[in-house]
Amino acid sequence: MKLAGKPFDGWSSVALVLTGGYLFMVVWPLVAVLLSSVTNAQGFSLDGFATFFSSRLYYGTLVNSLMVTICVTVLAFVIAFPLAYFMTMFRIPGNRTIQVLILASMMSPPFIGAYSWILLLGNNGIITRWLKDTAGLEAPSIYGFAGIVLVLTLQLVPLIFTYLMGAWRTLDVSLLEAAESMGVTGWRRALKVIAPLLLPTVLGGSLLVFVRAFADFGTPMLIGQGFRTIPVLIYSSFVGEVSIDRSFAAAVAVIVIAVTLGVFLLQKFIVDRRTFSMTALRPIEATRLSGWGGWLIYAYVYGFLTLALAPLLVVVVSSFRNTLYGQFVAGFSLKNYVTAQRDIWRYITNTFSIGITALILLVIVAVLVSYLTVRRKGALTGTLDTMTMVPYVVPGLIIGIALITAFSQPPLVLTGTFAVMVLALAIRRLPYAVRSTTALMYQFSPSIEEAAISLGASKSRTLVQVIIPALAPGILSGAVLSWVTIITELSTTLFLYNTSTQTLSLGIYAQVIRGQLGTAAALSTILLVLTMLSLVLLMRMPGGKEIRV
Amino acid sequence: MTRIALQSLRKEYAGQVAIPDLNLAIGDGEFFTLLGPSGCGKTTLLRMIAGFNSIEAGTISFDGTVINDRPPAQRNIGMVFQNYALFPQMSAAKNVGFGLQTRKISKAESERRVEQALASVRMAHLKDRLPGQMSGGQQQRVALARALVIEPALLLMDEPLSNLDAKLRVEMRDTIRQAQREAGITTVYVTHDQEEAMAVSDRIAVMNLGVVQQVGTPPQIYRRPANRFVAEFIGKTNLLERDLLRHDGKAVIELGSGYTLDVSGLLGPAASGRVQVSVRPEAVKAAASGLAAEVLDETFLGSHSQVRARLQSGEIVEFLEFSRRSALWKGGETVFLEIDPEQLTFFDAQSGVSIMQEPQD
Repeated sequence: MKLAGKPFDGWSSVALVLTGGYLFMVVWPLVAVLLSSVTNAQGFSLDGFATFFSSRLYYGTLVNSLMVTICVTVLAFVIAFPLAYFMTMFRIPGNRTIQVLILASMMSPPFIGAYSWILLLGNNGIITRWLKDTAGLEAPSIYGFAGIVLVLTLQLVPLIFTYLMGAWRTLDVSLLEAAESMGVTGWRRALKVIAPLLLPTVLGGSLLVFVRAFADFGTPMLIGQGFRTIPVLIYSSFVGEVSIDRSFAAAVAVIVIAVTLGVFLLQKFIVDRRTFSMTALRPIEATRLSGWGGWLIYAYVYGFLTLALAPLLVVVVSSFRNTLYGQFVAGFSLKNYVTAQRDIWRYITNTFSIGITALILLVIVAVLVSYLTVRRKGALTGTLDTMTMVPYVVPGLIIGIALITAFSQPPLVLTGTFAVMVLALAIRRLPYAVRSTTALMYQFSPSIEEAAISLGASKSRTLVQVIIPALAPGILSGAVLSWVTIITELSTTLFLYNTSTQTLSLGIYAQVIRGQLGTAAALSTILLVLTMLSLVLLMRMPGGKEIRV
Repeated sequence: MTRIALQSLRKEYAGQVAIPDLNLAIGDGEFFTLLGPSGCGKTTLLRMIAGFNSIEAGTISFDGTVINDRPPAQRNIGMVFQNYALFPQMSAAKNVGFGLQTRKISKAESERRVEQALASVRMAHLKDRLPGQMSGGQQQRVALARALVIEPALLLMDEPLSNLDAKLRVEMRDTIRQAQREAGITTVYVTHDQEEAMAVSDRIAVMNLGVVQQVGTPPQIYRRPANRFVAEFIGKTNLLERDLLRHDGKAVIELGSGYTLDVSGLLGPAASGRVQVSVRPEAVKAAASGLAAEVLDETFLGSHSQVRARLQSGEIVEFLEFSRRSALWKGGETVFLEIDPEQLTFFDAQSGVSIMQEPQD
């Protein structure tokens, strides 16, 4: 048998077990959703799809989602490109700190941004009140389309910015000089030389922005109000705010997956033929700025930073304000933390126990899968690699639905358990973890492994004593990054938790929905502090300098 | 101490034959080199001996025991890689001790042997360094110590010097040769560098397209190449195609008008017909009379010059000039060349196989 490119051995068994696990835990639940979308009580039926396209109330959400997503994707790029360009080409004071802060704003939970804008511009928001009290003006509303676009754009600019910074770093100065020596300068150089080289990165980053914006649930749920996007529709039809119609929810989920998959394939189609391998021997050196242009550039960079960080600051400050029946009143104290301390402890304990378990599972699977796909190229490992990428195009909300659909009746009932939370979070993050570990594995020379084997080490000993320790810095920094996304994840676990498995991010969501704004602010602050501490840890790790998200 | 026998060995990659049918015998304690251009199958063969490549047919035996199905970890080999392949997270001493650890050797004994092995490659003072803090040459020394410390039955080296700069390569090959002699371990060494191969080897197998072209000591291979490929691959040579003439029972070859050489002593009595003569550059010498040629250019290389000249037949001959003249030759000057018949090799013009009389040397 040559399932994994070499004669059958321990690694082939690992490949078989992983494939089996994946088929059962990821593929089967998604197939179950697909089946549920085309069946009703009587058998085969396309009613779910028919309902969706029959009423504007339903298909309108798809239009809304697409509008929001396209606006956010374009805006995020338009804002991030100059930002990355300025940061690369010019000497901006505090460059390193700015990059860390932008990363931090990206890593903060998306719904905290939305929640914070409610605190600022909501019906009873700080700015709203201030404008009304001082000038008698009506503040622009944060609710609806514009608010969602604002919050998501601010949230996702850092994502594509990080991608672009990475791409600039691989651009060798000599390429620019070569263009210049041939008389191609300025805008022509930007268009003819730089743009094509950055295109794969821009498209890759934009895809990620698109997928996240399209799948985001927390933001439109908190500030969408009348403006409903498709994840909100899935949520409400699945939990039965309107009516319990699982077949309908499944149909909508299938439509969402189809859209994401379509965009993903389109991006792949464009990028695959235009990918270059570059390493900059001499990266671009930043030049000093002067004059009015310089001040404008500073204003742009610092302006964005302020806008991106302000919401976080607002949340932290608000958490110390006094509240009455959940609403903020005058005065500052620690009451929000004290009154909810029992809940807070429960959330924190759950966040750590579930998060760490998921992280361990995630790292183990990612290391094994990436080893197999890099070292044991074969039919089985190829399939495994493709399967691990599946959750990449499946929004978190739908992973939750899929797990419920598949594991809510015997033989295996997982809903409401600790296990299902762990599973969902691990599955959600797996494509990213596998990709980053695979990149590490590719840099690791196979002869190091052969050296160990030639010295008499067994395959498992080689893995444990040589490969993993050698890759440990990279694996660890990847794990910290995964940890941050796990603790800030909301939509994946939204259908799966109960009070005994409620995490911090789920707690914040529940408190905001219940109108307990003070407790929500306190929880958000704790989550932010946790996130920041993790990022500081990451920055101090040997492999943590080059962040790939 | 191990004898290695490779019999009717065959290697295929996805239906493509890399090594059709290969036989070799390597003696106890011998330093044996597989030499050939890239893609000739030398590394493939080495990895088959190591156990990292599958064997499609034939056998590999160590001391008469077939080890085809023995996994690499149990073949008791020491291996040195082109990219050093040191474990990046372990210090030099830990790297060297790794193989001892898997062999469950006591800590004290292990420490002693690690120390000794590092000392033998003059790396004892850097035993706590991580690979990232060492130069390429230092890393390769540690890798050599790591391979030798386990007292392997067989030492395998895959282009161990090709990542090092020229000066270090020369220094390092002496270290390798010395360490191998001291340990007396049978060694199979892979390289594409013929000078390196000649410097270190007891015997060399020249390979091309998965086929062994010739096996012999460095002088045998250089002086009596078995075929045209070996003559051209090892060192430089000028190939001149001529008719072998028979006069009064003597074999004579006419290299230019009026310049003939008696080569009877070199060839068997049956040799005749169209031949190719391999003339090494050092077999040619400028003289007062001889084969007339027109100088094309001269490249000064310090200890000697390299001169290219065109024969009247139009063929271009390269030769070495050791005399200490004050001025170089100019293009267009006429020179007369004298050729030492003892240093010629003859090949059948059609098959390219040597027609030299056996035995030689």
